[in-house]
Amino acid sequence: MMILRLALTSLRSRFLTTALTVASIALSVTLLVGIENVRAGVRDSFAGTIRGVDLIVGARGGTLQVLLSAVFGIGSPSGSVKLSTMERWKAHPAVKWVVPYSLGDSHRGFRVVGTTPEFYERYRFRKDGRIVFVSGRAAVADTEVVIGSEVAEKLGYTIGTPVVVVHGLRDIGTSSHEAHPFHVVGILGRTFTPIDRSVYVTLGGIEVMHQPEAGAGVAGSSMASAEVAGGRVSGGRGQGGTAQKPTARKSAQAAAIIAANKQRAAAMAPPAGTPMVMPGAEPPPGTPLVMPGAEPPPSAMPEVKAAAVAQRVVTKEKLAAPMEAEPAHDHGDDQITAFFVGTKNRFEALMLQREMNTDLVEPLTAVIPGVALGELWQNIGSAEVGLRVIAIFAVAIGLTGMLVALYSSLEARRREMAILRAVGAGPRMIISLLVLESGLLALLGCVIGVATVYLGLFVAQGPIEQRFGLHLALHPLRSMEWTYLAVVMGAGIVIGFVPAWKAYRTSLVDGLSPRA
Amino acid sequence: MSAGAAGAASAGTGLIETPAVELSALRFSYKQGRDVLAIDSLTIARGETVFLHGPSGSGKTTLLGLLAGVLQATSGRVRILGQDFSTMSGGARDAFRARHLGYVFQMFNLIPYLPVRENILLPVRLEPARRERLGGRSLDDAVRDIATQLDIAQYLDSPIAELSVGQQQRVAAARALMGSPEVVIADEPTSALDTNRREQFLKLLFASCEKAKATLVFVSHDHTLMPLFSRTVELMEINRAAKVGADA
Repeated sequence: MMILRLALTSLRSRFLTTALTVASIALSVTLLVGIENVRAGVRDSFAGTIRGVDLIVGARGGTLQVLLSAVFGIGSPSGSVKLSTMERWKAHPAVKWVVPYSLGDSHRGFRVVGTTPEFYERYRFRKDGRIVFVSGRAAVADTEVVIGSEVAEKLGYTIGTPVVVVHGLRDIGTSSHEAHPFHVVGILGRTFTPIDRSVYVTLGGIEVMHQPEAGAGVAGSSMASAEVAGGRVSGGRGQGGTAQKPTARKSAQAAAIIAANKQRAAAMAPPAGTPMVMPGAEPPPGTPLVMPGAEPPPSAMPEVKAAAVAQRVVTKEKLAAPMEAEPAHDHGDDQITAFFVGTKNRFEALMLQREMNTDLVEPLTAVIPGVALGELWQNIGSAEVGLRVIAIFAVAIGLTGMLVALYSSLEARRREMAILRAVGAGPRMIISLLVLESGLLALLGCVIGVATVYLGLFVAQGPIEQRFGLHLALHPLRSMEWTYLAVVMGAGIVIGFVPAWKAYRTSLVDGLSPRA
Repeated sequence: MSAGAAGAASAGTGLIETPAVELSALRFSYKQGRDVLAIDSLTIARGETVFLHGPSGSGKTTLLGLLAGVLQATSGRVRILGQDFSTMSGGARDAFRARHLGYVFQMFNLIPYLPVRENILLPVRLEPARRERLGGRSLDDAVRDIATQLDIAQYLDSPIAELSVGQQQRVAAARALMGSPEVVIADEPTSALDTNRREQFLKLLFASCEKAKATLVFVSHDHTLMPLFSRTVELMEINRAAKVGADA
């Protein structure tokens, strides 16, 4: 009690020094916890870009290429996927829903995505963030667009604003689809994902604006978009009404292909007893990974060959069929960039991924978003390493500054320690007093530093989101931040021992002399 | 009275109890090979009041530092109340000093951020044995009593910095006398006091020492005070190192 009273009185008596020391510690803590917060925020923001989608399926290519082009709009897609392929996979018993995703056009630097209204319902970001409309509704007709929050903000668009889409990502004035103008019918709420920087149209809208007679056949295209909105299954381009005859044959073909794919994927499946993996989790050790385009193992070759023979028979039948019975054949236009898949049971996502990656009809790359995002984060982890290095420097500089401030403050009390010693304070008391003081300063610095971070986040959260598109959530301290605080407290306490040790190492008379 | 005579007189009384101060073959130097103190023998009996004097630089404050255990002898023995400082650690000497000694420093050495009351109470707060010697009186009564005698009662709650030099000296004296230590060491404690206050202070000092049967070692340049003490020690006479310096 006596020691605590002495420590508090002493700290109060040197208010300015105490305040400066605490400020120095608080700044260090703010720096440490702040950097860690930003680092974790960037990572969480990145990892939470896409949720609720079990698989992203694109043309055969690298997993990162599919992920980057479909989710982040970075780079160009590896190719296109036939809409009919998506529809075939939609019939797979493990698939609950599919959402098409068509890229290639832009509006004033913002990418245009062709999709269905189901996209807004299925897509999730961060923990369970859902896409919301701050005004308007989903695009249903071919001339309607929905814009992300950043698009609306930067371009100042509101409901009803006309939009002209251009081919490619740059407006070079040669390939704009001026003949097919759109207008805004919906504005999305802020998601802090690439959605904010996208313009959404219907698949029908994409098709119609690419027709040479775009704008002339609005009535016909509206029919197509109505099909898309209702979960389009025909795959035709304004030909839904004529695609009735081959439906039964197509279903049979689809069933045969699914069966063949299943056989092929089963041949490469992990041995019985291997636990299934949740999408986004690391596969269990020993799980043979199927790389897109990889050859199946030799043991699986007989089954693969048998499936291929069956497929050839189906193809021959198809070729032998009369030409007039093929009204819904591919023109190259009914293609999409990728499609998102939701499974009925998430445990089946891994098996479905294998089946898709070994699709015999169209070479595909199926990506589990969580896993691919993890891989991507590892690849671009140098940014995180950079932040960590900065954090380490901040720790070193912050701690050094803090220790210098603490040490100077305690060293200035050498004479006081000598007086206390001369009137009877023992080593234990001197050490306790100095360690208590330095501990109190460190504790106060930690509390103020953490409070400053939270206050800063609370105040700057909005501006940071607006300026950098980075959502820094207010959350309880993470283990790394607790570690930083423990290091600061530990260093603060340890530094108290130094002047205490010096107080006993140097001669008492030195401290008591007028020069001290 | 010379130091040697005092030692003989003390021995001649036939007291069985150990002397308050006993120095033998004492050497002390701040720098190796340059002795500041070289005293063959000095004994001060319990209850004696000793006036220690000598010119500036003769080693008076150094000797008091050795008696208080603030300094440690280079060689020889310093025994206080029978305890040999040369065999004690720094911490043990601190504990011994807190329990048995009261030291009025030449520079006062008060804690600047504590008020007068807390400065005076420090020894009894730090050492339970000193508190027991208050005889059941409360700390507040004890501090008020001693402050009244030294005419600083009205400043008990004042910060040290607001006191004059003379008042600070009296606070230092009050702190040294709290809890009736067995040996009181005072290094020029009246140097900043006017005549009235000096008499007041000396009256209290002698009364406290008599009440506690304490031994007093008092350093001063003021030779008019000499008759008040039971014994006078001229440091130049017993310090062979100072003699050499003076002869040179």
